[in-house]
Amino acid sequence: MQYHAPTSVDDALRLLAAENGNCQILAGGTDLLVRLRSEMGDDPESILDIKRIDDLRAITPEAGGWRIGAAVSGAEMSEHAGLVADWPGVVEAMNLIGSTQIQGRATLAGNLCNASPAADSVPAMVAAGAMARIAGPDGARDIPVAEVPTAPGRTSLDKAEFITSIHLPARPERGGDAYLRFIPRTEMDIAVVGCGVALTLDEAGICNAARVSLGAVGPVVMLVEAGAEALIGTPLDDAALDALAAVCSEAASPIDDKRGTVAFRTHVAGVLARRAASIAKTRAGGAS
Amino acid sequence: MSKIHVTTTINGDPVDFLCDGGESLLDVLRDRLGMTGSKEGCGTGDCGACSITVDGRLVCSCLMLGAEAEGREIATIEGMADGETLHPLQRKFIEHAALQCGICTPGILVAAQSLLERNPDPTEEETRYWLAGNLCRCTGYDKIIRAVLDAAKDMREAS
Amino acid sequence: MALDSKTGTAPRDFKIIGTRPARPDGIDKVTGRARFGADMSAPGMLVGRVLRSPHAHARIKSIDSSAAEALSGVHAVVTRADFSAPGEDVADILDNCMAGEKALYDGHAVAAVAAASAAVARQALKLIKVEYEPLPHVTDVDAAMATGAPALHEGRANETVPEGHSPNVMARHAFGHGDIDAGLAQADRVLERSYRTEATHQGYIEPHACLASMGPDGQADLWCCTQGHYMVRNTCAAILGITQGQLRVTASEIGGGFGGKTTVFLEPVALMLAKKTGRPVKMVMSRAEVLRATGPTSSSSVDIRLGMTSEGRITAAFAELRYQGGAYPGAPVDMGAMSAFAPYDLEHVRTIGWDVVTNRPKAAAYRAPGAPMAAFAVESAIDELARDLGLDPLEVRLKNAAREGTRASYGPTYPAIGLEATLRTARDHPHWSAPLGPNQGRGVACGFWFNFGGDTCVSLNITPDGTVNLSEGNPDIGGSRASMSMMAAEELGVPYDKVRTVIADTGALGQNEVTDGSRVTFAVGLATIEAARAAKREMCKRAAQVWGIDEEAVIWEDGAARPSGPNAGEHPPMTLAEIAAIASNTGGPIAGHHEVNAEGAGVSFATHMVDTEVDPETGAVKVLRYTVFQDAGKAVHPSYVEGQFQGGAVQGIGWALNEEYIYDDDGILQNAGFLDYRIPVASDLPMIDAVILEIPNPGHPYGVRGVGETSIVPPLAAIANAVSASIGARMNDLPMSPPKVLAAIQAR
Repeated sequence: MQYHAPTSVDDALRLLAAENGNCQILAGGTDLLVRLRSEMGDDPESILDIKRIDDLRAITPEAGGWRIGAAVSGAEMSEHAGLVADWPGVVEAMNLIGSTQIQGRATLAGNLCNASPAADSVPAMVAAGAMARIAGPDGARDIPVAEVPTAPGRTSLDKAEFITSIHLPARPERGGDAYLRFIPRTEMDIAVVGCGVALTLDEAGICNAARVSLGAVGPVVMLVEAGAEALIGTPLDDAALDALAAVCSEAASPIDDKRGTVAFRTHVAGVLARRAASIAKTRAGGAS
Repeated sequence: MSKIHVTTTINGDPVDFLCDGGESLLDVLRDRLGMTGSKEGCGTGDCGACSITVDGRLVCSCLMLGAEAEGREIATIEGMADGETLHPLQRKFIEHAALQCGICTPGILVAAQSLLERNPDPTEEETRYWLAGNLCRCTGYDKIIRAVLDAAKDMREAS
Repeated sequence: MALDSKTGTAPRDFKIIGTRPARPDGIDKVTGRARFGADMSAPGMLVGRVLRSPHAHARIKSIDSSAAEALSGVHAVVTRADFSAPGEDVADILDNCMAGEKALYDGHAVAAVAAASAAVARQALKLIKVEYEPLPHVTDVDAAMATGAPALHEGRANETVPEGHSPNVMARHAFGHGDIDAGLAQADRVLERSYRTEATHQGYIEPHACLASMGPDGQADLWCCTQGHYMVRNTCAAILGITQGQLRVTASEIGGGFGGKTTVFLEPVALMLAKKTGRPVKMVMSRAEVLRATGPTSSSSVDIRLGMTSEGRITAAFAELRYQGGAYPGAPVDMGAMSAFAPYDLEHVRTIGWDVVTNRPKAAAYRAPGAPMAAFAVESAIDELARDLGLDPLEVRLKNAAREGTRASYGPTYPAIGLEATLRTARDHPHWSAPLGPNQGRGVACGFWFNFGGDTCVSLNITPDGTVNLSEGNPDIGGSRASMSMMAAEELGVPYDKVRTVIADTGALGQNEVTDGSRVTFAVGLATIEAARAAKREMCKRAAQVWGIDEEAVIWEDGAARPSGPNAGEHPPMTLAEIAAIASNTGGPIAGHHEVNAEGAGVSFATHMVDTEVDPETGAVKVLRYTVFQDAGKAVHPSYVEGQFQGGAVQGIGWALNEEYIYDDDGILQNAGFLDYRIPVASDLPMIDAVILEIPNPGHPYGVRGVGETSIVPPLAAIANAVSASIGARMNDLPMSPPKVLAAIQAR
């Protein structure tokens, strides 16, 4: 197996094109190395490490929001005061993944492209309206994060493309976000259900915008438009939160597997949505 | 299959080695460099027995390629003591009987040292959550947590 | 010359016993210097790897390894055909290490390779062509007992099994006394309940590993992590057809065992590969292999019938226990059946245990094998009845507690035991009266383990400078070397750091039972004390020689030989170091040794108390507070006794809440990794408070009782009782994972 560590995006694209589909991108390696070592695992001909590309290791302010390089680890995100202040939900979602050791390496882009239905960072990114910047032979393009995963383990990216950064928009005034997940232990588990909520309040404390996203209850992350509708125009009181919970349970279409049952996931999707919305409301400055 | 030549620093010493593209840093440490202090408990990043730091960052060495060590500063359990002088964490682990079989101990010590470098006065809860990625099956974690908190106290008083 | 008799239990002022010195292997373990199973290598070493069945049950029609053998870098392939027919007592072990006619579970070893590197070995496995004929399979214990269940073996049931049972039923065990129906008739309330537990794994963090070499003359060396290198020697010698003297086994440091390393999996295969290749062969399991193909414990299905008066006296106790032990006979259901009601004084008690095979890996011992699942059922039933009658669960247990003179449900009469002491201490402890908040509940449960003795050799040798070298044959899984050094130092009257305890390889001593049965501090300790006494007798003899007086006129006290008695004369005492320095001139080097099949192990009882909080919307369970009350007889090193209490309790917490083997409809294991086989992590737990009680065991010179196993027996029920109290609904099915707890809440 060949190992490449280019120092520019252009060099990386050239290498990807030359490898003709047999090359795996390495950022944090917390999914890739597990796949490589598993018995039924991947056997790529080469690995392309993007961590030597300086731009991809940076968190830079952009358009009032933040551009997070694809090689930035979850730990680095949690140490960035500005990012934590604006999008605590996204940061906490990323930092729920695995352990302290995993967070020392794992990345948003890697979590997104691994395309697990239960990926923790993805519902939070979707709720925040994050955009993925993709570098390819025809230049760079930006797409909503939700358009990256297409099925468990599959993305919409071409083999000659890779994600170079994630952009989080400017945090709206009186905006707040939160991510919660259900796991049986207190750490280390894959999410049985995940929910990301981002919302904004007007001066009177009424919700005027919301995005609600569910993970682990369908083959890919889902944006629950009816969830937003249940919140917008309300003061996020118990009635609104109950309606949100019901809508999210309704929207969930989970499976039975070794981590949870249909009935359990359906019920807990509603519970988490309510709790995440409450936290987002508090962060947006709403009365708790 | 041609090998990659890697030049790196391990516990302050310059080291270079040859490895295959797909070889993990844990395998390099244990099988090529004879540094068997870091252990493989799972190979999937779930147990923390292979914990090391890279440029000061706590990671699982089983989930890192040997090739990635190029130009980095690697710290392993073998570098924790200063010659004959044990690190306060190491002393406290022995004092508190914070190990039974000892297989998880190197990983937990490296992880605990990383915690105390960032947070010299952690609460019990902060310590438990920081160490959640280090599995121990023998002790039930009680004496481990006590040892870490006691070492933290000693280190604060000494500084 | 007066020395203590073997069974003196008069309280004495110990100088070292009961203190907490540093363990001798501590520095090696905190610096990474200690060598575990996978930490050894040898020049010219090959890497061995195993090919495993992807089917839960299949006939192996053919194995073609020619392509693998032709691969550059492959030195040998081994299959069952390489092994000659084994003796009956190792036949199942060999079949488990290397399948013969059939693959009996997902992960069953069918072939192995030795190659120049791990990468080549991995490639070679893919080139071995195995032709399987898949067969119907069964993984559930009750399904395996049913008529028409797929049969793993034919005609292997023993004579205890009545006619007409499924061929998967291997044995039936029965214990008890009295008349259950008469007892039930005396009850004011009768409870009939069924309970189920899933299979769990010991979960040691160190995967199995060994390094084997064998010369053309049949002399072989084996380095392995094991709980018993003498067992490894004897089993491998029998399987390979060599004598025990030809195979020298060295035990590495061991990274956890809990019973799972009291048998062999890789070792005979590694030796056969070493024999075939003429090179050292190293074999290390992956975590997936550990979970798929080593020895988890049984899943169980238990029916209880319990009768109780309205004052809380148990009038009848019946349990039928059905355990599956994987693909071969030997599920620990006999010990489950014996231990189930052991804490209680019962006039009418009966337990029946069924040993059933299924298409799962062969069960190995797991800390108090068979007892936790039985205690889960019994202690849950007692709790339910007590609460139904409005009675205090601790008072009910006190009312029925076994004590000295009670005829145990499994037969013997108890000498002095500590159960009531643990119950009273629990009742009077602040934990019992601490207030509880909403969605919180408190549970208690009792537990018991027999503890064992067994074959033990200890050799104590004194160096010319007065250091004491202690050689014993039991791998140290929890700090026992410290305890042996403490007992030798106490007995000899020398400082602790003058004694160096090592685990000798199989060439040094004759035979040692494995480190199991909570036997080491008891049996190896007893042998250590006797060896020290023998050395003292020899040293007194040397002093007598120097002083020109009779041996009988010399005693050993405070680390020195002293003249004693009216005719002994005046002589300054001679310390151990002084006698050692002149040993050569007084007859030769000084030693003491002791070999015994130790008897007199004392049973250990415990009461556990736990508070849980349940999130009513999700069923998530949080353990808030946990206290262990257990009788240690005499705690040699209290820190390591506490460690056993805490470790066993936490394994029990995992078993109760999250750990289980999950098989799909094809009998394939779904969670062969630490991600989805969920053992407790540090953030899941509170501190585990450990209260040591000491009711001395008359069978040990210092009163020691084994403690390592009892601690896993109560937690399953203690937590179930706490969760049941938290939610107001009984949980009879483990693990109590959140979906099950939520379902119970919603069904209230």
